Amino acid sequence: MSLSLNKNPMPEQEPKVRAKNFAEVSLGYTEELAKAEAARCLQCKAAPCRKGCPVQVDIPAFIKEVKEGNMDVAIAKIKEVNSLPAVCGRVCPQEEQCEKYCVLAKRGEAVGIGRLERYVADTARNKGESIAAIDYAPDAQKVAVIGSGPAGLAVAGDLAKKGYKVTIFEALHLPGGVLMYGIPEFRLPKDEVVQVEINNLRKLGVEIVVNAVIGSTFTVDELMEEEGFDAVFIGTGAGLPYFMGVPGENLNGVYSANEFLTRCNLMKAYRFPECGTPIHVGKKVAVVGGGNVAMDGARTALRLGADRSYIVYRRSEAELPARLEEIHHAKEEGIDFQFLTAPTAVIGNKDGWVTGLQCVRMELGEPDASGRRRPIEIPNSEFVLEVDTVIIAIGQGPNPLVQSTTKGLDTNKKGNIAAHEETGVTSKPGVFAGGDIVTGAATVILAMGAGKKAAAAIDSYLQDKKAK
Amino acid sequence: MYKILVKQQLAPSVQLFEVEAPLIAKKAKPGQFVILRVNDQGERIPLTIADFNREKGSVTLIFQEVGASTVELGRLQQGEFLLDLVGPLGKPTHIEKFGTVVCVGGGIGIAPVYPIARGLKEAGNEVISIIGARSEDILIYEEEMAAVSDELIITTDDGSKGIKALVTQPLKELLDSDKTISLVVAIGPVIMMKFVAETTRPYGVPTVVSLNPIMVDGTGMCGGCRVSVGQENKFACVDGPEFDAHKVDFESLMARQRMYKPHEKQHSEYIAGKREEGCKCHSH
Repeated sequence: MSLSLNKNPMPEQEPKVRAKNFAEVSLGYTEELAKAEAARCLQCKAAPCRKGCPVQVDIPAFIKEVKEGNMDVAIAKIKEVNSLPAVCGRVCPQEEQCEKYCVLAKRGEAVGIGRLERYVADTARNKGESIAAIDYAPDAQKVAVIGSGPAGLAVAGDLAKKGYKVTIFEALHLPGGVLMYGIPEFRLPKDEVVQVEINNLRKLGVEIVVNAVIGSTFTVDELMEEEGFDAVFIGTGAGLPYFMGVPGENLNGVYSANEFLTRCNLMKAYRFPECGTPIHVGKKVAVVGGGNVAMDGARTALRLGADRSYIVYRRSEAELPARLEEIHHAKEEGIDFQFLTAPTAVIGNKDGWVTGLQCVRMELGEPDASGRRRPIEIPNSEFVLEVDTVIIAIGQGPNPLVQSTTKGLDTNKKGNIAAHEETGVTSKPGVFAGGDIVTGAATVILAMGAGKKAAAAIDSYLQDKKAK
Repeated sequence: MYKILVKQQLAPSVQLFEVEAPLIAKKAKPGQFVILRVNDQGERIPLTIADFNREKGSVTLIFQEVGASTVELGRLQQGEFLLDLVGPLGKPTHIEKFGTVVCVGGGIGIAPVYPIARGLKEAGNEVISIIGARSEDILIYEEEMAAVSDELIITTDDGSKGIKALVTQPLKELLDSDKTISLVVAIGPVIMMKFVAETTRPYGVPTVVSLNPIMVDGTGMCGGCRVSVGQENKFACVDGPEFDAHKVDFESLMARQRMYKPHEKQHSEYIAGKREEGCKCHSH
């Protein structure tokens, strides 16, 4: 059998159909497809793919098990290092990580590592995983994890397995952080995937306290001094939405992507009025920005009934920061990309509602500090995009609540917590941090990677502490 | 789950809940708020804390049944539970000894003014309170306000109690009197707060209002509660809820409050329909 240079395609919902529903776009490999894809793996001794994985999953080993049909062994191999494979298989940018280094990628398409990871995780979940509660020592040390997003969940999983008693504090009413409020249902099902994986952590004995705002309900100092936690991990993410600072941003119909997606994902506004949280969409929607969040916003707007959903991006297609797969899916669904276009004002009517987005056309000049060619305004190119809704997806900053209420915790000038890249060690003894609150907005897997490194550092910190 | 220890009807469609929430009660300060959910389909509802009892471990919430979500909240009975309750959120009121302060509460806004008036009184201020409502039957917290005020002035739109006037009339009289007013705190409908701001502006008396714009998470994540204060966008949930009244863009705030009016009607009809269905089932 000759080796196919192409990945086995992922079965998907038809673009026209899926653009009107919130069910998952990708349907997942069948057993047959998974085995065929696994057979493409060359089982390289050097396993270059692993160096692209922020948590270093033993990729060839789990793929070999898939090929041979040993699914229980395959999931165990992944879960040695990755406690959220069903999530990572869906939302990791594999093309920039593991698959980028795949030997096959030099001649054709890489092995579909993400698709296989997802297949293994879904198969295990559908079969019903039996997870044994950890038998904690009576004097087990206690760790508080602030934030239940990818970084916090990774820390909690690793430390629980090492025998620490972990309590996660979440400000919202459901755990999961960006996995719940940010990433849409059609990319990452909430009840079937996210909550199941989180419940697996609960089964290990991780306690999750929702409705707890650290910095208010408790401070970090209180957790350590009064609540008896031996170490604290801060993984509060990039929760503060940026606005453009152009006129008209407070008109009705202007949303931050955070608000638009939170209403739809966490609060399930797509099921309004059965679910009580409303959302305004209108006929035409413009999403400002070019990242994954922008794609999510534009595709969500279509599903909520918009006739036209634009992406307004000031650079060209080549600079789009979103994953290729997301861009591809967005195009298939009919998202209208307005490249080299920058908003200058939101236009409204006398009742305070959005009627349009005033923009200028741009051209690319010399490279800027980011290495990308700087967009420059074309004179007299102003025009108005008629829209009812504007969603601003130009990035998020750090929420200052924990930093501002914790004594001795240093931040950088952007307000991110200053923490060591490899260990998450902060300026405050016993306090570690990782994920977007340290790096600024990045990806799920990078946050998980930071969480894993911090978990190792917390383990050695607590061992030292105990020895003293 | 958070138990409703006491439920009390204060006025037609105005309810008081005293809710068991020891962690929130321990930290709550005047001016802060909570967010609650009634059930799994429910909205996150922000409510300013009307009172707190640290010994008992409870917070008091007062709300008006205005939309489907607050009507659903009002149907909960004493002994039942709120699904979610988070807080205390927002910055507390800045309380110190200012001298003579005027606390203005309008309608349901009298409830959150109460702990602020009490705090200001405890800090040694002379507290003059003005509370107003459309009519006597919907005037709440009169006794409570009287207990923490050196002087209590009542206004009603229809003259059924106190002076037949808007709250701004006695406020202006106070400002015109020989008293030196050091601070005015006003909580109520946005339009009332706007007129309080306009009343005090010519006198240059510092005036603080507490805003309750539409919000989702209440922790600074969504930006839905942004309000223009002195040309700058602030998030009411984390930068507020209290702001310098003379700097707030009330027009934009009022427009934003109207954002979901059509949705509210649709939601109310849906909930009413569901309830009717439920009743039919029970009658069989």
